[in-house]
Amino acid sequence: MEYLSIVFQEVYKILFLLVPVLVSVAMIVWLDRRVWAFVQKRQGPNVVGPFGLLQSLADALKYIFKEIIIPSSSNKVIFILAPIVTMTLALIAWAVIPFSATQVLADINVGILYLFAVSSLGVYGIIMGGWASNSKYPFLGAIRSAAQMVSYEVSIGVIIINVLLCVGSLNLNDIVIAQQNMWFVIPLFPMFVIFFISALAETNRPPFDLPEAEAELVAGYQTEYSGMMYAMFWLGEYANILLMCAMGAILFLGGWMSPIDVYPFTLVPGAIWLILKILLLFILFALVKAIVPRYRYDQLMRLGWKVFLPLSLIWVVLTASYLFYFNLLPVN
Amino acid sequence: MIAHAIFFYTFSIIAVVSAIMVTASKNTVHSVFFLILDFISISCLFIMIGAEFLGMIMLIVYVGAVAVLFLFVVMMLNVAQQKNQWFAGQTTSKHIPVGLIISTVIFFEIIIVIGGWKYKPEIFDINNSLANTSVSNTHSLGQILYTDYIHVFQISGMILLVAMVGAIVLTFRQRSGLKRQSYIKQISRERAEGVEVLEVQSNKGVKIDD
Repeated sequence: MEYLSIVFQEVYKILFLLVPVLVSVAMIVWLDRRVWAFVQKRQGPNVVGPFGLLQSLADALKYIFKEIIIPSSSNKVIFILAPIVTMTLALIAWAVIPFSATQVLADINVGILYLFAVSSLGVYGIIMGGWASNSKYPFLGAIRSAAQMVSYEVSIGVIIINVLLCVGSLNLNDIVIAQQNMWFVIPLFPMFVIFFISALAETNRPPFDLPEAEAELVAGYQTEYSGMMYAMFWLGEYANILLMCAMGAILFLGGWMSPIDVYPFTLVPGAIWLILKILLLFILFALVKAIVPRYRYDQLMRLGWKVFLPLSLIWVVLTASYLFYFNLLPVN
Repeated sequence: MIAHAIFFYTFSIIAVVSAIMVTASKNTVHSVFFLILDFISISCLFIMIGAEFLGMIMLIVYVGAVAVLFLFVVMMLNVAQQKNQWFAGQTTSKHIPVGLIISTVIFFEIIIVIGGWKYKPEIFDINNSLANTSVSNTHSLGQILYTDYIHVFQISGMILLVAMVGAIVLTFRQRSGLKRQSYIKQISRERAEGVEVLEVQSNKGVKIDD
């Protein structure tokens, strides 16, 4: 009986986390389209509901009622598994995101490694979808995407090492608390910029949306998908983008901490601050989508391996030597 | 404790079954997916014994990077040979004796190690004083790796580097006649050197770029 109550409590907590995440994914799609339209002096979705807020809901309803087509020559099990993998991976990562010092589903010791691991697994949904479709365009898209995501993961990993050097712990709450005096975006600003660009590439956002470059590859790995399966890919993609924004907010923008440590600001709960920071980063993501043209594939690879990786490695050496020389290394 | 046992047996059964399926499945891509499943369940087992750092590193390095490259290569192969499944029809292979010998050797090695560990613990000089439960295993791993075993650690890194450089040297070919793009040149191009305005006389035409 005691066991069951614990299980129910956990399920309740998980639902309390996942339902807002899913709703905010739907909202964020609307925000993305509105920002995009705003930059291009268009209206964007504004018909369904007030300000078009219910547009995503309408889209989701449409997808639910569409037929799911499974190509006859596809590998059916993997074809069906691919969107499920994408969606699951995008959602399980939220377990370790701290919304305040105590509001976190799983306060594990290696939180940042868990986040990194889950985001690096995200490539499987795309590869599986691309391969199982048994069609040329999805396959090319999947291969592009695999190479791209593996490349940019390396630089994200090195950037995380930079932050960890300043924190001395892999726990996400410790990382947030270490930024009490100064957000890491100030001393590690170049790393923040590289992290932001790498996050764009990691989530296949424009200007790095080569896996689904519609002019060349129809829709990349999603070409053969339809109905709810397509919608799941799409939801997973946006959940991943939100996750990357949350990661950026925690690593560089002080997570759930208020920007100024004075009276009226400290009253606001940490979750609100985290959400505001995630939104700020997401609006940057959306702006980049609206104003930057797509990269060429070789330029993308060059940027990842020849520019970002050396730069972030050099920054690791710099950070480490600075901390060592001024005796600032976090030792506990 | 019961929940712990249930989780342990679930993960170990998944690990063993998927390990068997890696060799048993006919489709090479499926084998790689089973290999990934195996890696994931083993990293879950690592996390269950409290080695969360090892588990996560396993996930990042093996599943996130190595297996992706595996999948990459195998998928490329599979596209070329989709129709003629080259070992689908064969029931026997001449590689079986070699495999048998290797697996017996590994089996006896495991028996020796486990037996020795169980019945003669003094052979294995496990320095228990190093295991400090008050710090997280990330800290204790770092404290051992970067102090007592720093040279071994560095040498293993060098070996990996040498392997990587060797692989690149072996596959590198200098191809001639390739057009290379210089980003600096492309970006610093001015209008004057790219556009030329010419007076074209009727019925004469002009010659450009000769």
